[in-house]
Amino acid sequence: MIINVNGAPTYCYTGGKPFDAAKPTVVFIHGVLNDHSVWILQSRYLAHHGWNVLAVDLPGHCKSEGEAPASVEAAADFVAALLDAAGVQKAALVGHSWGSLIALEAAARLKDRVSHLVLVGVAYPMKVSPALIEASLNEPEKALKMVNVFSRSTLAAPPSALGPGTWVYGASMALGRRVLRSNSAVNVFYRGFVACDTYTGGEAAMAQVTCPVLFLLGGQDQMTQPKAAQGLISAARAKGLRVLVTSVPVGHHQMTEAPEETLVAMRSFLAT
Amino acid sequence: MSGYSDPGFDTLALHAGAAPDPATGARAVPIHLTTSFVFESSDHAAALFNLERAGHVYSRISNPTNAVFEQRMAALEGGIGAIATASGQAALHLSVATLMGAGSHIVASTALYGGSQNLLHYTMRRFGIETTFVKPGDIDGWRAAVRPNTKLFFGETVGNPGLDVLDIPTVSQIAHEAGVPLLVDSTLTTPYLIKPFELGADLVYHSATKFLSGHGTVIGGVVVDAGSFDWEKSGRFPELTEAYAGFHNMVFSEESTVGAFLLRARREGLRDFGACLSPHSAWLILQGIETLSLRMDRHMGNTEKVVQFLASHPLVSRVGHPLLESHPSHALAGKLLRFGAKGAGSVFSFDIKGSREQGKAFIEALKIFSHLANVGDCRSLVIHPASTTHFRMSDEALAAGGIGPGTIRLSIGLEDADDLIDDLKRALKAAEKAGA
Repeated sequence: MIINVNGAPTYCYTGGKPFDAAKPTVVFIHGVLNDHSVWILQSRYLAHHGWNVLAVDLPGHCKSEGEAPASVEAAADFVAALLDAAGVQKAALVGHSWGSLIALEAAARLKDRVSHLVLVGVAYPMKVSPALIEASLNEPEKALKMVNVFSRSTLAAPPSALGPGTWVYGASMALGRRVLRSNSAVNVFYRGFVACDTYTGGEAAMAQVTCPVLFLLGGQDQMTQPKAAQGLISAARAKGLRVLVTSVPVGHHQMTEAPEETLVAMRSFLAT
Repeated sequence: MSGYSDPGFDTLALHAGAAPDPATGARAVPIHLTTSFVFESSDHAAALFNLERAGHVYSRISNPTNAVFEQRMAALEGGIGAIATASGQAALHLSVATLMGAGSHIVASTALYGGSQNLLHYTMRRFGIETTFVKPGDIDGWRAAVRPNTKLFFGETVGNPGLDVLDIPTVSQIAHEAGVPLLVDSTLTTPYLIKPFELGADLVYHSATKFLSGHGTVIGGVVVDAGSFDWEKSGRFPELTEAYAGFHNMVFSEESTVGAFLLRARREGLRDFGACLSPHSAWLILQGIETLSLRMDRHMGNTEKVVQFLASHPLVSRVGHPLLESHPSHALAGKLLRFGAKGAGSVFSFDIKGSREQGKAFIEALKIFSHLANVGDCRSLVIHPASTTHFRMSDEALAAGGIGPGTIRLSIGLEDADDLIDDLKRALKAAEKAGA
């Protein structure tokens, strides 16, 4: 469905079910050079199991118009505006990679309007190597390949988002190229990486969060290594939040390399 | 295999899609000869049917052994995924039937395998899908053939029977300007000799019966999607961009930004037409793929020697392989194929100076080459079109199709090249005597 957010048509995948603001809502936020489709299995399942799903294409990405966010804070403002525009008073926020920082920052701002916070493949700080940032600007195909090499942990993923026979590495490459092409005005690859790299509000944001937090980490993740999430985990525990940490034995694309384990962890957490 | 490190072709040919079986430790890919798969619960069953969870339901739709073959082919081609089919013809039909219905139009190369030509020219026409055939090198012809209802461009990487190399970058550009994808048949080249997606193609299919399996033991096919074509932007494919009542009103292009074609092809085409691959056949093809590069290197090496021999033989008037500078695709082969003109495959034709009877005498004198209607076997194969596949046609009609009374098609195998050349020498002598 298309929702007008800040004057810009914004695409949200609703999981094959009509939007129903009366149901509890879960918002899925993708990472750099991704779109809503990285969440297909998890979002479609939840949409058919009692949840109202909004898997968004961030502004300036694929089907959504608007200015691509240049910072985590700007993207968090967008998430708040999305909830308002959709008439959603309270929602669970689920974010992957860059999207996890956006979800964290949005949860800090929205406080009690957020029921659950799920951080998939999170790290803080989420530093990006200068070589990768530079390549994302000047050699995006090379950078895309580097990201996928670091993100993937297996040559034999289980049946995934397109079903059996999916080559998840190739699917990530194709999606990255498509997202990059979707915005002729801004290199959203570079902009997203800079937003990750320069975000300094993680611990302060966690101090403002009021809801339970699930950290869903990839045991073999080379992009956002599990050890890089420990500071946020400690901050959440120090705040007295209910914290759950789940490790799945895959890399940075938990949703497609371990779709079942990711769904089960998410479903159990959201049910509480 | 922990820690992806961007493997090369041979590593992917051995490992993509497969890991040691977690249940048994089996290192080779197990053959899952089962029609169906047990559901964990009613909810699990419903979720699988509704594409909320990924897994296997029924082997007509998917199967774990077939999935390894599919992942492996997608990896080797550089695609996002693949669908295994009962044959190469089934892969072509699945591609066409997924993208269009009655009232649609295809622009196709004239240089096609006879079975593909039959499907498009006769059979699909009966179902309301018309095809305009264009010579593969006629670039203006491709552009001029586009109609408002055109849905697909189609050609072979290296075309039948003359080994015309398809100018994929140029033809794909014309296709994309017209808002349609380019599908190529890469059977004769395999992913080892050409990478159609890197050149601009959007869909690739293979008759896996040929070089992929490589041993002349199995019939199978596969179609691979690059995930590159933007079906929504094109606006010509409501099959992929509008709700499909036949599958939960799913809008495939919303479900997957890059995989709408594969979603519909599996959920409609395999489900309803049912041209699925047997898991046993998938396993046999996988055995072949594991040694694909080794075999293709040998195929190429043998072909080069045989071409050189035939080109210098006094009874041979023409050798149709891009290795020769006289071949119209010599330069294009050098530009597009991974190993240049040498990589234009090991299936080619040549002409004996003489009559149909001399052609028959040649065939009958061969001892190593097998006389049959197949290509891409590890054994060398031969056929004489004028006395077999095209025997009802007059010499004039044959000439119009680019076939002479003495045209011979060879598929060069993996035997010792010297033995192949000796066999050809002996047969050419027999042909010479038959004309005396």
